[in-house]
Amino acid sequence: MAQIDWRIRRLGQGVFTILAVLTLSFVMIRMMPGNPMGAMVENLRAQGINPVRARELVRIRLATDPTKPIVPAYFEYMVNFFQGELGYSTFYQMPVSQKLAEVMPWTLFVLSWGVFISFFTGMAVGALMAYWEGSKLDVGFTTFAILMGSIPFYVLAILMLIFTSYRWGWFPTGGKVRAGVDPGMNWPFIASMVRHATLPIMSYLVASGIASLGMRGNSIRVLGEDYLRVARLRGLSDVTISSQYVARNAVLPLYTTLLISIGEMFGGSVVLEQVFQYRGLGFTFYQALNQRDYALMMGGFALITIVTVFALLLADLTYGYIDPRARGGKDEAY
Amino acid sequence: MKPTDDSADADATPTDQETAMTDTETAMTDGGTDDPMTDGGTVDSPFEVVSEYEETRMDRYSKYYDAYVRAPFAIIWRDWRARIGFTIVLFYLLMGTVGVAIVDPAQALDGDSFIQPFNANYTIQPWGIPEFSLGFWTYTGIWEFPFGTDRMGRDLFAQIVNSTQSILKMITAGALFAVGTGTIIGAVAGYRGGWTDTVLSSITDVFINLPGFPLVMVLALLLDVTNPYLIGILLSVAAWGGIARAIRSQVLTLRQENFVESARAMGVPRRRIVFKDIVPHLMPYVVINMTNTARRVIFEAAALYYLGILPYEDLNWGVTLNNAQSYGAYYRNEALHWFLAPMFAIIGISIGLILLGQSLDRVFNPRVRARHEKTTVDEEGDLGGESDSGGIMGD
Repeated sequence: MAQIDWRIRRLGQGVFTILAVLTLSFVMIRMMPGNPMGAMVENLRAQGINPVRARELVRIRLATDPTKPIVPAYFEYMVNFFQGELGYSTFYQMPVSQKLAEVMPWTLFVLSWGVFISFFTGMAVGALMAYWEGSKLDVGFTTFAILMGSIPFYVLAILMLIFTSYRWGWFPTGGKVRAGVDPGMNWPFIASMVRHATLPIMSYLVASGIASLGMRGNSIRVLGEDYLRVARLRGLSDVTISSQYVARNAVLPLYTTLLISIGEMFGGSVVLEQVFQYRGLGFTFYQALNQRDYALMMGGFALITIVTVFALLLADLTYGYIDPRARGGKDEAY
Repeated sequence: MKPTDDSADADATPTDQETAMTDTETAMTDGGTDDPMTDGGTVDSPFEVVSEYEETRMDRYSKYYDAYVRAPFAIIWRDWRARIGFTIVLFYLLMGTVGVAIVDPAQALDGDSFIQPFNANYTIQPWGIPEFSLGFWTYTGIWEFPFGTDRMGRDLFAQIVNSTQSILKMITAGALFAVGTGTIIGAVAGYRGGWTDTVLSSITDVFINLPGFPLVMVLALLLDVTNPYLIGILLSVAAWGGIARAIRSQVLTLRQENFVESARAMGVPRRRIVFKDIVPHLMPYVVINMTNTARRVIFEAAALYYLGILPYEDLNWGVTLNNAQSYGAYYRNEALHWFLAPMFAIIGISIGLILLGQSLDRVFNPRVRARHEKTTVDEEGDLGGESDSGGIMGD
């Protein structure tokens, strides 16, 4: 019973977060001093567009009706959002939802590979470091990981762009695919896509440094356990011990880190895609900010929030299955 | 002392603790110690013995100094990471205070444009020290533009030194805000439980769920702040959630401890328990988080300036990156150092903070410490038991 309650509460928190962001977005568009809706109404009036037409334009662009009082307008805004009506992007001249749907897959593509590769590298390296703690390998990789953790991912991205793309010409200098390639399931397109995505994906490798240090710490903790001594006494090989005994237990806390970092990486994609001119969700969000395209900006923000909330929800809901010890009871109140 | 006195003492409210103690003391000296109690024992119990020396304020401070400053510092100092980390952070602190006083802000036309870094053709002789020769090495002065100049001939070294102060302000404000808020909310939620916990945890979870960086971007665009302290707070506005959650879960275990239970039984006010008994135990974690938040603030601040989202008045590391990018320093060889100089500034302080954080973790994490003590140390013999398990750890 308590379990079901907890899950429903957790789900409720997720929904609440999304609603909070939407409310923020509504407040921002309508009620902040110098809000975009007022500015747009003024602007259209100044252009001499007749009020009915102007009202209609604002309604389409910002997904809120300027003549309605706050409360009904708020509910209308919410309902519109969940029906996929996020307004009209003035900068891209297309509905926000359409624009977001168009760029989202590209970001997901880069992000999922970035997360996947960096975490697997990090875990493998971290486990090795812990196993040979104090050795040259450990010291070397720890130094490397600290260095990776100290470099902001966008700085690494700029450095890679400067050298591997502009100086040495290994990778394209920006964009998603080479111009003039037919989109679809053909080899040139996929090859070009992968080549363009390589650098953005590599930039996420800074996360591997942090993951490896986390893994190293966890593994060292696990390595102190008695059952490992028993395993060693039974004559099990190093490989078996490290993969079956150490890794499994040490990975557990990292699982949450992984899903949490998805949210952070989404945030990071704003900078990264700007560096690589990779026209994904982050790039679009940045354009919206820069062009004061409020509907697109808040739509993008809401989308990033939803994905983050979903990732975290998944982390919390599944963690109990992965680590049964985490299923705790409720504590009494003092 | 009569048994009735005893019960009166027990009833005394905890705020009267000290007075109660002195009462006991006088009672003991007055009444002697031979009065039998109802159960036949004497009042000569060890619980009633009060130290003959009173702890002075100085004693207490020196004890605190020893426990919270000297001892941890001594442990940290044994670690090479800590030494490097401390030195780096100290260096940046000096750069933000003394450096600003020495190095004038960068001006256009300080020198020619794109003077390369460490260029020996541009030197100055500070304090009028003339050229001299030491065997194979000749002193001709120090570089006038150690990191070179940008397109407008502005000294990059001066740009970097002079932006340190505002960056340090951001870091301080951001780290204090995030860690302070996180600790208070986490500790209160964890200790009180019940409805307070539900409400505070829900707020915390909303903040954890929020994508921090995009939120900061939207807010930065709306609020138009230029004060470095406010920017620091703005940048860490979503950073306290994780800290609060971690603190809460630690408090949940701590509040089951005996000393907390005793305090509660004695009727110590809740606020006192939380902030005097529980939070000091979390200090290590809090301090470590401080360095992490500081790094986060630097990364985000530089990123926002680099993207040109935060308004700026003076040049700083991020703005310099932005300027370099808009000039096209990506592909222009002569401008490469324009990009690299601020990058090294960011990476440098970040390495300092990360090393510091790691070594603090080493100090405060008994398990990690135990493993390292055994190779280096002798004086902490109580950790010997732990080191037994070292045999199977592959060393």
